[in-house]
Amino acid sequence: MEQFQVHGASKRRAGGHRRQVITGANASGNLEVLVERVLPDLECQVEVATAVTGFRPIWEAVIKEFFERASPGGLRFSINDGGARPDTVTLRLMQSVQLMEDKA
Amino acid sequence: MSKLSQTFKADWYEASARERIAGLLDAEGFTEFLGPEQRAMSPHLAQFDLTGAFDDGIVVGRGRLDGRPVLLAAQEGRFLGGAFGEVHGAKLVGLLRAARDAAGPDGPHAVLLLLDTGGVRLQEANAGELAISEIIHAIIEVRSAGIPVLALVGGRAGAFGGGGIITACCSRIIASEHARVSVSGPEVIETNKGVEEFDSRDRALVWRICGARTRYLTGGVDRYVKGSIQNFREAAIALIAHTPAFELATLKAEQRRLSERLQRFGDCRDAPEIWRKAGLPEPEHIAEISDDAFLAIQRIKGADHDAR
Amino acid sequence: MTLDDVLTSLFPTGHQVQRGPAGTLHGLAKVEGHGKVTVVGIVGGTPLGVDAAILLAGHVLAAVEASDRAPIVFLADTSSQNMARRDELLGLNEYLAHLTKSLALAAAHGHRTVSLLFGHAAAGAFIAAALSSQSLVALPGAAPSVMDIPSISRVTKLPLEQLERLAKSTPIFAPGVAPLFAIGAVTQTWAADQPFAPRLADLLRQPVPTSDLRDQIGLERKGRRLAQTIAARVAAEAAAHA
Repeated sequence: MEQFQVHGASKRRAGGHRRQVITGANASGNLEVLVERVLPDLECQVEVATAVTGFRPIWEAVIKEFFERASPGGLRFSINDGGARPDTVTLRLMQSVQLMEDKA
Repeated sequence: MSKLSQTFKADWYEASARERIAGLLDAEGFTEFLGPEQRAMSPHLAQFDLTGAFDDGIVVGRGRLDGRPVLLAAQEGRFLGGAFGEVHGAKLVGLLRAARDAAGPDGPHAVLLLLDTGGVRLQEANAGELAISEIIHAIIEVRSAGIPVLALVGGRAGAFGGGGIITACCSRIIASEHARVSVSGPEVIETNKGVEEFDSRDRALVWRICGARTRYLTGGVDRYVKGSIQNFREAAIALIAHTPAFELATLKAEQRRLSERLQRFGDCRDAPEIWRKAGLPEPEHIAEISDDAFLAIQRIKGADHDAR
Repeated sequence: MTLDDVLTSLFPTGHQVQRGPAGTLHGLAKVEGHGKVTVVGIVGGTPLGVDAAILLAGHVLAAVEASDRAPIVFLADTSSQNMARRDELLGLNEYLAHLTKSLALAAAHGHRTVSLLFGHAAAGAFIAAALSSQSLVALPGAAPSVMDIPSISRVTKLPLEQLERLAKSTPIFAPGVAPLFAIGAVTQTWAADQPFAPRLADLLRQPVPTSDLRDQIGLERKGRRLAQTIAARVAAEAAAHA
């Protein structure tokens, strides 16, 4: 089991007013993402819990790319991973930001 | 409520627990108790190298159905098969006790249980099993306080094991074609009694023995619905209006109907044998016909009852 | 202990309990200070299936109809629920639920309900035959479980040795009386060296529990540290939002 955090900076605060969103599920090949608007406007963070060990560098790369694309300032993302592939992780993270920004 | 949940996942089977809640209840919103941000998670999974869920796989809270207040629980069938663990079970026990304590003219109109469970979470076997007994006890208290408890079953886990027993303790049961309601899982029967007794890989057999169509025709569930969340909503609204009281007369009537079922069909080993004995049309095809055609079939005598 | 040993120790002055079909037991007996009790049971290691469940529920409902509030004693030396295609086809879940509901109704009508386990009880049979009474007593020979460890190993695909090791450190999933006592499922354990009749009389004298206290008991015994707290938190939030 691995549990780690990836911190980032964002150029702007994530839009919208929703305080919290949860999406996905901790099932095989899937992941659950809880998003909370609890950080300072230009900070972001992803916390990962996963039973699939040894892929931290890939997680960090995926997450850093997500921070670049989405600029989710102020948001803390918490993940319970069920063995999702990197593209599924990206999809879920992007979906979760869209829900937070009320764009969905 | 996001458009995501309105346009996609209109299908109960495909929807998540939260999407089912959003589609089932009135639009004005659902208040969740002990939500995921509280992180009331299972402490027992890490030792099995399993990650958890922020809500331990069950969402509980309050909303409105057709303008009336209801309490609701929805299991996430994709997380560990929707199985009952210590925290998961305790959330449902707490919800039911809240319903019991709030009974009265301003209290909840019903409790809705969106069951999607394989039964006890084996990693937490004892706690899960005892939680199921506590849930049953609490359901009976809620019903005794005059509040109907409805079971809604249609997800990928079905209602197995203790979940099947919980289902049959409810006032009314609504199920769609996907649903299986049973005690022992087919694999467990096959492992214990052999493939002749139950070939668990024969999907058609599984649904003939455990599936909602068999349950509906025999009176094992009260309403068979097509698979959209809207269908479940309509059925729930309709059924709440008239539900059996938890009392001696009801259980005596249940004793009669369950005894009669045994007398009439106790030597049957497959659903078509029951349909043949009961005189239903085209027994071999009932499993395959469309939902519309299926709903046109008249149920077995005694299947339409208030004896639950 | 054999069934006859159990019956003799419970009812030393005699009883009218007889074996019935499908492994069932039924009859009247007397307990000092309490008068008549209705005895029902599933014995001989017989799995609990549709046939036994409907018979037992019938006896329980008949006892309720007698309206005399006589205690109901449920003896259990069973197995799991009957694992059979026929029973599932016929709706075993309804039969087990019906038995459970009947016992609950009896309790609501003032009949003290006590389950006495002196053999196996697992899974659905454990729920209906053992956990559905106001009190569950483990007698010598009691072997309750949710599922045996080899089957858990098969279903979860976890190694047997790992499960056996974990079973020693946590009462949350291991079979047996001690873990089920710790979590609040088993009310009392009776040893063979004392006669059961006075213990039953004593148990029946105790105040009737007005609500299900098993999560509270599990907390006190430290076997289930979260259940009661979680249930209470949910109930409190529900009340706050009312």
